[in-house]
Amino acid sequence: MQFRESQSIYLQIADYVCEKILLKEWTEGERIPSVRELAVQLEVNPNTVMRTYEFLQQQEIIYNQRGIGFFTSANAIRQAANYRKQVFIEKELPQVFRSLYLLGMNPDELQPGYEQYRKQFFS
Amino acid sequence: MVSIQDLSFSYKRKTVFKGLELNLQPGHIYGLLGRNGTGKSTLLRNIAGFLFPQSGRIDALGFEPRRRQPAFLQQVFLLPEEFYLPPIPITRWIEHTARFYPLFNIDQFYKYTTGFDIPMQGGMQEMSYGQQKKLLISFALAVNSPLLLMDEPTNGLDILSKSQFRKIMAGAVDEKKCILISTHQVKDLENLIDRILVIEEGRILFDQGIDSIAQRLSFTLSFDPEETARAFYSESSLKGNALVLPNTEGEDSRPDLEMLYKAIILEGEKISKHFKS
Repeated sequence: MQFRESQSIYLQIADYVCEKILLKEWTEGERIPSVRELAVQLEVNPNTVMRTYEFLQQQEIIYNQRGIGFFTSANAIRQAANYRKQVFIEKELPQVFRSLYLLGMNPDELQPGYEQYRKQFFS
Repeated sequence: MVSIQDLSFSYKRKTVFKGLELNLQPGHIYGLLGRNGTGKSTLLRNIAGFLFPQSGRIDALGFEPRRRQPAFLQQVFLLPEEFYLPPIPITRWIEHTARFYPLFNIDQFYKYTTGFDIPMQGGMQEMSYGQQKKLLISFALAVNSPLLLMDEPTNGLDILSKSQFRKIMAGAVDEKKCILISTHQVKDLENLIDRILVIEEGRILFDQGIDSIAQRLSFTLSFDPEETARAFYSESSLKGNALVLPNTEGEDSRPDLEMLYKAIILEGEKISKHFKS
């Protein structure tokens, strides 16, 4: 995994977990990698992954079954989508809006490009 | 786990530490940073009981390292930057050396050497520096000592080996273990180190967890002259001024350890004040 410049690592790992869930690579109610396993895979301090998992528990995306491990929650997809949507609207969209404004573009102009992207990667 | 009080140490003509204080807790990987010749290796060697302080107190795992009691020495391992391996087969070296460490685990050792792709046949002196280093790293971690000191562990490792090293280190952290790494290669270990120590002028100038650094400071690129004026430290780059600023976002930043290090060395007073406020 290539980490981006500015965002804190624990939140980037949270995004990684959300993507696994939203792409259904990890299904709802499934056991997910342990803190140590994910730390080794991503080459980060396990304390960082622990922090990610605590954060994702607060968001009700995953839960901890004591002594067994971490699992995605029964409605993990909805919860993950809610969280990511909020981040997208608050953090990522303003950048896009800024470009639209600077380039004098109308949001409607994005529609055909979006359709093509969807066909290319997710059909 | 390690507590150092009022430590003074000098070589014949050169004073290295004067009144150095430091506390290390288990469950962390400490990154020890500092300029060349500030005594990073000397500190590790004092903690391991290889060098003896002139005055002050070191308590490591409840022992005084300078007394070199076997019960202490079997619980600490120092991976030195420069080392000598004798011209004998690896297996014989393991037989001789591992017996000093009761928690040494041979399966773990072979798991690491396999991960590092080290050839186990032949003498150790036919191996390259990088291979020897990987062999010693594998040993250092298989010893399972509660106190592990590493001096520039990534020097001499190729790119794949560095990645492998990070995986092994991530797997080695545990609540009962304290790992102290002295390094100039902060980029190699950026996401592993969770507490930063900076040594300067004979004492510990900076000692903070990555979490609190992420809360208190932000690291950004900016062309904004006002923002640049507020920075503790700035340097110009093609993409704008690279800045170390007080974090006012209310959200954790991702610390850039190289920038942080420069900021501490050049503007230590301001930074320390900011963390105390």
